[in-house]
Amino acid sequence: MLDIRRIPIPALIGLILTALFLIAAIFAPLIAPYGNGQIVGDVWEPMSSTYLLGTDNLGRDLLSRMIYGARITIFIAVLATALSFSLGAILGFTAAVVGGWFDTLMSRFVDLLMAIPTLIFGLVVLSVLPSTIVTLIMVMGLLDSTRVYRLSRAVAVDINVMDFVEAAKLRGEGTVWIIFREILPNALSPLISELGLRFIYAVLFLSALSFLGLGVQPPNADWGGMVKENKDGIVFGIPAALIPAAAIAALAISVNLVADWILNRTTSLKGGRG
Amino acid sequence: MAGQAQKPELLLDIRKLRIEATVYPPGEAPKNIVLVHDVSLSLKRGRVLGLIGESGAGKSTIGLSAMGYGRGGVRITGGEVMLNGRDILQSGKRGIRKLRGKEVCYVAQSAAAAFNPAHKLMDQVIEASLEHGTGTRAQAEKRAVELFRKLSLPDPENIGERYPHQVSGGQLQRVMTAMALCSEPDLIVFDEPTTALDVTTQIDVLAAIKDAIRDTGVAALYITHDLAVVAQVSDEIMVLRHGRLVEWGGTQQIIKEPRQEYTNALVSVHEITHDEQVPGEAPFLSVKNVTAAYGRGGPKVLKDVSVDIYPGQTLAVVGESGSGKSTLARAITGLLPPEQGTVTFDGRPLANRLADRPKEDLRQLQMIYQMADVAMNPRQTVGTIIGRPLEFYFGMRGAERDRRVAELLDKIEMGKGFADRYPAELSGGQKQRVCIARSLAAKPKLIICDEVTSALDPLVANGILKLLLGLQKEEQVAYLFITHDLATVKSIADSIAVMYRGEVVRYGPKSKVLAPPFDDYTDLLLSSVPEMEIGWLEKAIKGRRMESAGN
Amino acid sequence: MSSPILKLIAQRIALGVLLLLAVSVLIFAGTQILPGDVAQSILGQSATPESLANLRAELGLNEPAYVRYFTWLGGILTGDLGTALSSGQDIATSIGGRLWNTLFLAFWAAVVSIPLAISLGLLAVRYRNGWVDKLISGLALASTSFPEFFIGYLLVYFFAVKWQLFPGISTVYDGMPFLARMQAIALPAAVLTLVVLAHMMRMTRAAILNVMQSAYIETAELKGLSAIDVIRRHAFPNAIAPIINVVMLNLAFLIVGVVVVEVIFVYPGMGQYLVDHVAKRDVPVVQAVGLIFAAVYITLNIVADIGAIVANPRLRHPK
Repeated sequence: MLDIRRIPIPALIGLILTALFLIAAIFAPLIAPYGNGQIVGDVWEPMSSTYLLGTDNLGRDLLSRMIYGARITIFIAVLATALSFSLGAILGFTAAVVGGWFDTLMSRFVDLLMAIPTLIFGLVVLSVLPSTIVTLIMVMGLLDSTRVYRLSRAVAVDINVMDFVEAAKLRGEGTVWIIFREILPNALSPLISELGLRFIYAVLFLSALSFLGLGVQPPNADWGGMVKENKDGIVFGIPAALIPAAAIAALAISVNLVADWILNRTTSLKGGRG
Repeated sequence: MAGQAQKPELLLDIRKLRIEATVYPPGEAPKNIVLVHDVSLSLKRGRVLGLIGESGAGKSTIGLSAMGYGRGGVRITGGEVMLNGRDILQSGKRGIRKLRGKEVCYVAQSAAAAFNPAHKLMDQVIEASLEHGTGTRAQAEKRAVELFRKLSLPDPENIGERYPHQVSGGQLQRVMTAMALCSEPDLIVFDEPTTALDVTTQIDVLAAIKDAIRDTGVAALYITHDLAVVAQVSDEIMVLRHGRLVEWGGTQQIIKEPRQEYTNALVSVHEITHDEQVPGEAPFLSVKNVTAAYGRGGPKVLKDVSVDIYPGQTLAVVGESGSGKSTLARAITGLLPPEQGTVTFDGRPLANRLADRPKEDLRQLQMIYQMADVAMNPRQTVGTIIGRPLEFYFGMRGAERDRRVAELLDKIEMGKGFADRYPAELSGGQKQRVCIARSLAAKPKLIICDEVTSALDPLVANGILKLLLGLQKEEQVAYLFITHDLATVKSIADSIAVMYRGEVVRYGPKSKVLAPPFDDYTDLLLSSVPEMEIGWLEKAIKGRRMESAGN
Repeated sequence: MSSPILKLIAQRIALGVLLLLAVSVLIFAGTQILPGDVAQSILGQSATPESLANLRAELGLNEPAYVRYFTWLGGILTGDLGTALSSGQDIATSIGGRLWNTLFLAFWAAVVSIPLAISLGLLAVRYRNGWVDKLISGLALASTSFPEFFIGYLLVYFFAVKWQLFPGISTVYDGMPFLARMQAIALPAAVLTLVVLAHMMRMTRAAILNVMQSAYIETAELKGLSAIDVIRRHAFPNAIAPIINVVMLNLAFLIVGVVVVEVIFVYPGMGQYLVDHVAKRDVPVVQAVGLIFAAVYITLNIVADIGAIVANPRLRHPK
């Protein structure tokens, strides 16, 4: 069904890079040449055959830190996305189909949450919450679910007024059939593409928090945290901080390319096979 | 400009015009398709040529080629467009710009969309004149006001000060005609100028356009899919199909002695023989004194409406937009519970709300929609779409269900190979047929048909109507047929309800409703339906008793 | 200007005030969500009972939450933002200069990015599907994917360290000469510009393309107007509202971007101030700064809506 030669090159690059990042994250202990916290050499050693990416601000192997960092970054971002997505999509669909006070209440509350920039509200909440990974996932997931809610509700409302849904209602179908058999299959393509965008946003949000020192706490570090650890080297001309920063950018771009392709691929079918 | 001094008698001469476009089918390489195959036509100064055909005939594309314009990536790839003695395709971008709005003007189908919402009407009407320097601002405005008056627009002195959204659709269409005439062009391209209007408004606009053409002596290409309309305004008619010429001749010849089979089919499209059935002893569905409104305390969309439907017969509900005819369907189906009044079915009252009705009641009332493509879930196959009511109401599964689906496909004159297709892979007429099969699958007593043919080309619509009538005989199903098209009503109804502003103004068996004496509105409505007869327009306008709502 | 418009605008502003009030509740509630004791979490497990009691009294934790909220809100409305727990300084005084610094930075980023984005967006429409257009969508992809600090440190690495054109740390002080100040903010302003530019370009392009697909654009073309006149007379008046919307939305992005950018360049603004005090768990400062950020954000949204109302001919000229 899916012919590799028909995948456009940007999407192919995106797919391969994303897969590489995932492999690095999953098999981190097997791939990384050194341990995560293991001090192996001098501070900020340049790239060499022993330390492919050099060493960091405490003399740890940067490549190994990067691989473990991939694991932490992707782990947290995936869980936060899963949380925001399931919460937002379920509430959004229900609000669209059920309507009434539930819809009004949810929608006004989401409007309110979205009236504050996510990063700002995240900082406000993190100023009192303990700095743990669970807190991070919860805060990121909850705050981001507002966007998923808006999208799913909007998509579902659009589909809900189509004649084929009305026809199903006239036939006497129940709410479950209408949500899962009539609406969901038609809402899938925008939602899948949104899933990619939400994941990117989660990666960027986590990185920003860690960069500000409010995300993953040492000695563990995600990529944003590694930028923070190594940023003081920049003014001495040591580019170590640029490497994790570039990794974040590369991950985000790869997922973006894949999401774009999925969106184009599914919309161009206009609801036919696939 | 060379041709300006002695304007040649032959205004427009299109020779072997070929128009192509590139399409991008999903998952395939882009390919070229030919929209217009070497069509030639010519038009003398001051004459009107009607271009007629179904959707995809290429009539708009040909019309716009007279202005050197290709809509949305459409390319003129061959032939000549001679206008006032020169080939405009050779005159370059600037040359074409000079003739647009000066020698040739355009009147679009939807004036509401074709006017810029940000500017006053007057500024837009005189814009082309000022652009091409055909007069001072004052002269152009004076001419515009004259044209407004000629097109019988209300308050011609001041209507130009209004913005597009402050003027009704029928008036806007006339303002657009005035805009086209304002720069005194040699040719106007009318692209379905009355299609988007209600039938009683259409006739006024049509008459206004016809007068304006006659008085100003402008030539026109009049594009439409409605042969009866084009017969009123054209000297000659050209019939097109799939981008090729079918027949070209004088109006009288085309509508009275068509030489081609296709033209003949277009001319006789409304001729369906259906003998009126007399109402049975008892109606199985009665709407009694129903009043309904959207939202609590909102304006009443239905006022004290009562109609009866007899087994196996067709009640046609006819009216213009806003008459409440679709609301009546929503009230019967329970989508919009009535505020007052009842709907009785088989002698017992139906629950007002959809949610309160038992499955059996839902099964007995089925519905077919205007837009077949949004009435089917695009992610389900035809087999699933038709099979679902069988599962849902009768618990049919597996082979039994598939057999019944095949039977139903056979009934709608489609093979069982269609069961695996998706709606996107069907033509407009096929989609509507599948919707019919879906409603038949429930074995209902009543099918509500909401404007089921109005989105279709006349010949396809005709096929659907014939199918519906045949199925009625076979299955003894009753129809509630909602439409704005009186021609359709005449062909298929047994009884008729005429609706106007939420009320039933006339109701009874077809023969009675369509026989004089008429009430004013029914008279207006009946007299507004274009007839395939030269001179009908003048007769109709003269004989009217009531002003249409568009004025 | 007619009265229905004024009424709509008044409604929108009233709604904004209401929203701001609701947001203040949310921000206040956001700092109360911890099930335990805020004082405990601020001081940690090793805190002595006396210091805990002191802090509780200082924070007014012995009062019920709604009383504390109204005290806080009353203070803000009278210009009293409270005192910072960590330093004991008056928050309003500390914010004053920083707010100005942040607005100065955001202002110059906006001054550069808005005209640039709109003209590049127009360019992309003019040469649709050409290489300019492709470049812009590529840049937009990058800008939605690059974290601010990646762009920031790249610029620092090259412009400040390798080529030494601009300072990598943006020190500003009172009475600093204008040009020196401009040089100091050159890099952070450039980062902010890059962060919003591509996005703003792409949205401007989409907004104008949307208008260009309207039937009245075809009408204008068929009147024989030149491409420039079509855009100037017919597309532009209708594209104003969506463009205002795009600009305001991106200014809101700027507000968020400012937090990270200020930390990168150690710029003494509101973002840096907020981040420092989140780390110190200095709740009064976080509440005050959070509310100010939210207020700016909401104000920008109101301005965008009012712009859309004023630019809508249907509302300006009712039936």
